[in-house]
Amino acid sequence: MTEPQTLIDKLWSAHEIVRRDDGESLLWVDRHYVHEGSFHAFGKLAERGAAVAEPGLTFAVADHYVPTRGPRQAIANPEIARMVRQVEENTAKHGITLFGLDDPRQGIVHVVGPEQGLTLPGLLIVCGDSHTSTHGALGAYAFGIGASEVAHVLMTQTIWQKKPRRMRITVSGRTAPGVAAKDMALAIIARIGTDGATGCAVEYAGPAVRALTIEGRLTLCNLSIEAGARCGVIAPDEATFTYIKGRPYAPLGADFDRAVAAWSQLASDADAAFDREVSLDGGEIAPIVTWGTSPEDALPIDASVPDPAREGDAERARRVRDALDYMGIAPGKRLTDIAVDRVFIGSCTNARIEDLRAAAAVLAGRRSKVPGLVSAGSSLVKQQAEQEGLDRIFRAAGLEWGESGCSMCVGINGDLVAPGERCASTTNRNFRGRQGPGARTHLMSPAMVAAAAVHGRLADVRPLLAGRSL
Amino acid sequence: MEKFTKVSGAACPIDQANVNTDQIIPARFLKWTRQMGIGKVLFHDLRFDAEGRERADFPLNRPAWRDAKVVVAARNFGCGSSRESAVYALYDYGVRCVIAPSFGDIFAGNAVQNGLLTATVTDAEAAEIMDALARAPDVPITVDLEAQTIVCGNKIFRFAVDPVRRMRLLNGWDDIALTESFRDRVAAFKDADRAQRPWAMPRESA
Repeated sequence: MTEPQTLIDKLWSAHEIVRRDDGESLLWVDRHYVHEGSFHAFGKLAERGAAVAEPGLTFAVADHYVPTRGPRQAIANPEIARMVRQVEENTAKHGITLFGLDDPRQGIVHVVGPEQGLTLPGLLIVCGDSHTSTHGALGAYAFGIGASEVAHVLMTQTIWQKKPRRMRITVSGRTAPGVAAKDMALAIIARIGTDGATGCAVEYAGPAVRALTIEGRLTLCNLSIEAGARCGVIAPDEATFTYIKGRPYAPLGADFDRAVAAWSQLASDADAAFDREVSLDGGEIAPIVTWGTSPEDALPIDASVPDPAREGDAERARRVRDALDYMGIAPGKRLTDIAVDRVFIGSCTNARIEDLRAAAAVLAGRRSKVPGLVSAGSSLVKQQAEQEGLDRIFRAAGLEWGESGCSMCVGINGDLVAPGERCASTTNRNFRGRQGPGARTHLMSPAMVAAAAVHGRLADVRPLLAGRSL
Repeated sequence: MEKFTKVSGAACPIDQANVNTDQIIPARFLKWTRQMGIGKVLFHDLRFDAEGRERADFPLNRPAWRDAKVVVAARNFGCGSSRESAVYALYDYGVRCVIAPSFGDIFAGNAVQNGLLTATVTDAEAAEIMDALARAPDVPITVDLEAQTIVCGNKIFRFAVDPVRRMRLLNGWDDIALTESFRDRVAAFKDADRAQRPWAMPRESA
């Protein structure tokens, strides 16, 4: 009899080509996603005069540097234009499919992969971006890598890895209305810390996880890296198969049925052992916002920020003081008393169609008290949102409706939060200077960003949802 | 890749937990190639104010630590973004080793690819080394990868490092060459896998 296996074990062993005595394994890569930032890796290939081993398994997008405003085909900033041109040249040279600026399928890599049916259960997926953990939502083993590893994958379609420890995070019960996948993720990170899953692959399980839509699962897995995890994965189910069916690159017809039969085996065996288990009660999760400079600095919206004077531990007190100082928030202040200067709805974390619908449901018929930008996760999401009239709701509320890209999450396309400005944001990192030098970021769900827009300060979205369909 | 055996020199304490790669190199410098002098922008927004003046309170700006070959920090150094430029910036500045209680996984992987040692000590040891440096900034540190020791003044600490990474650093091994030696195994895997998991291929007609 074979030992019971976790989903992580099954995904790992299906891709293991060689295991060395020292414990490192050579893994087969099913999909490799690249973007403008992969230029270092293409440079390494050029240095060696090497070819791409499997251009048919490599897919590129233009997302990190692309403008969300103004003419996209004639980028004003020459450095940014060069970044986009480089990915066009490198992919053309190596015969790699590019969802570039002139392609209707362009968008953020972690939105485009699932949307195009490139991301499938049972695949091993890598990308030179830490939020590659997103793709685990469909039952793929997906993780972010650095430029040297990107070069290695380009040249060999394989990657050396040491098997991580296996961690299961179970969310029991059911979440309340107005509580989103983002709140679940932030509750987990607040509980285990930003290095709580370092060295681990995480499987998310439990009824509250199972009840998430695929888009919610993508948000949850996306934020795995903010708890330090190598990857996050959710066993595929009927909802997954329904999501995938008919997508452009997914198997069709009888091939699809055979795939579903294989994918249905992708679950942890009943008695499989994990190296670490964490449990949360989904019913206790409230809408959450971050107050500090790490995603673990997260609290329910009805709380107050910590007061360093009341912290028992000197080291913790110092960290809280530093964070509050950077954020410009008085110790002990109520979160709902914190005024914001702008809002941003976008990023690989929260810019899918359901995210835009959730924000629009709050903003419909209301005005935003502060300026803000909405950037859809992909050009196809943007198109769908426009068909549904969501763009009109955002515009009527006073927000800007931009093109798709990484935009203000990382700010390298020029979409920046000004120094000292405070932004309620659907993104993934509230690090110092993340959205621009001196920028102050509060992370929250799309509906909570919409609530912050309506009130001009951090606010609980739930009262705004009364009488509205979600 | 250059081999790593031993490094001796100034060690700069950065007494912060969760130093993320956005701090190590802000995103606006990710367009830079190494030839542009990426070491100049290491910790840019912590080292310099908005006008480009040095912040006197940042440790790397203190005379004793300006030429640091070693950085000592609190837990979870290098968390966040996968940007390998964070490693390039440290290395090209002159840093050869980071000592901390834990590291972001992707950062640690990037480090070994570039000859930068991530030496793991306990929280208490990291605090003790940083404290010793705060009291005596000029005390040089020697990190010996063969012996897995850190000599700081008259104290010796042992550090942990993944044995695979240790061997790679000591030998300056290149992944690609190693993988090439498994070429036949990779080809055999690919053939068997295509038969076993036909659904894993992207649909051609898309």
